[in-house]
Amino acid sequence: MSDFLRNILRLAAFILIQVYVLNKIPHLHRFITPYIYYLFILWLPFSVSRMVLLVIGFLTGLILDYFMMTPGLHAAACLLIAYVRPFIINILTPKEASEFNYREPSPKAMQWTPYAVYVFILTLLHHGYMVLLEWLDVGNFLDFLIKVVATTGISLLLIFTAELLFPRRLKFRTNTA
Amino acid sequence: MRNIFLFISRYRTFITFLLLQVVALWFLFNYNRFHRAKFLGVANEMTGRVNTLYNKGEDYFTLREENRRVHKMNDSLLNLLPRNFLQRDTGMQMIQDSVLYDTSGSYRRYFSRPATVVYNTVNAQKNYIQINRGSGQGIRDNMAVVSSNGSAVGVVVNVSTNFSQVMSLLHVQNSVSASLKKTGDFGTVEWDGKDPRYLTLKRIPKSVDVKKGDTVLTSPVSFNFPPGYLLGTVTDLQLDNTTGMYLLKIKTAANFYNLQQVHVIENMDREEQVKLFDETKKKIEQVKKSTR
Repeated sequence: MSDFLRNILRLAAFILIQVYVLNKIPHLHRFITPYIYYLFILWLPFSVSRMVLLVIGFLTGLILDYFMMTPGLHAAACLLIAYVRPFIINILTPKEASEFNYREPSPKAMQWTPYAVYVFILTLLHHGYMVLLEWLDVGNFLDFLIKVVATTGISLLLIFTAELLFPRRLKFRTNTA
Repeated sequence: MRNIFLFISRYRTFITFLLLQVVALWFLFNYNRFHRAKFLGVANEMTGRVNTLYNKGEDYFTLREENRRVHKMNDSLLNLLPRNFLQRDTGMQMIQDSVLYDTSGSYRRYFSRPATVVYNTVNAQKNYIQINRGSGQGIRDNMAVVSSNGSAVGVVVNVSTNFSQVMSLLHVQNSVSASLKKTGDFGTVEWDGKDPRYLTLKRIPKSVDVKKGDTVLTSPVSFNFPPGYLLGTVTDLQLDNTTGMYLLKIKTAANFYNLQQVHVIENMDREEQVKLFDETKKKIEQVKKSTR
């Protein structure tokens, strides 16, 4: 399966799960909204250029926004993590895109600890920015803090569960291929 | 000039980032003010179709509950049929026909259309419901939406050709005029964005005799809602000492977790009422100005 097709299917799956499962189930608490759709952006191949990454991030957020009736909210947050992603990868594992043995960020490609840090930072940024925008609109400051922490916690839990339950079958790239 | 181009090519990612960020924020803040968004009509059609597909499957899981409600509603309507009432054969009694299409000059003020909920959330601060009827089926902005058990659900805020978005009662900007069934006092029902099972009823003065379990109905002075639809029951009383008003916690009558069949109710007189209201306001202001 080509990278392009694989990522289109992945996007559709993540959006559907987010809209019809995670936003539909009664939440544990009003502060805790589980989010997983942005894992799509975290999983995009290393080789995607920064410009394309921005556009993909923006569109991903916008698609979800139109389902959630909040145009711009998730788009802004996704755009932010799409922008920051290359820097984080660079800091954690300073390599060229072609030097990676695997195509996409994963525990295998980056080692567990750097990968966990990568996911953690981007999750925190995504939720922090999104909840901040929500807070500017309605709400109070304490709600804001609790919400960021709680939502980040539950999202990390979801992402690492997904990572362990569905290990992606990524090809090891060799010079001969 | 060359330097400008160099600058742009050097920072083009950052500039794109900023541009898109501005677009996103513009969407966000524009939308919240006017309940409108660019391309929302198109997007509404698209998400509406996906939601309808999903809803077809989801409906099976709540059929039993929905059937029970419809049956109950049917039952109460059956009870209203004229054949249930017999006239006593005394020849002396005043007889009043209970059927509505009479010739004594009453006319229709509210008209109801059935619709199905295709998407609904309760978890956000601003919850919207999407229904499968739109301007093509005669739905307009500001029509009231009630659930199949006859309790208020929300108000239509945006329509496309085949779908409409309804601002749920569970929306922090929502405010519905309500009245206590027992005493008839008017108040306003709002939502604090916290628990989707409870609403807040404000502006009931403390002189009013309210008790737990009292019924709250939509008020007869609302432009959108017909009077007498259930909003909920009082579960908690709290007195706000600064204003001397009650803050009442209301348990919602509609179950927002499994909304399926709803009725969209049109107030046929709304336009006239609103027009009169606005003109009155204008007139009074003019009088004020001229007397100054």
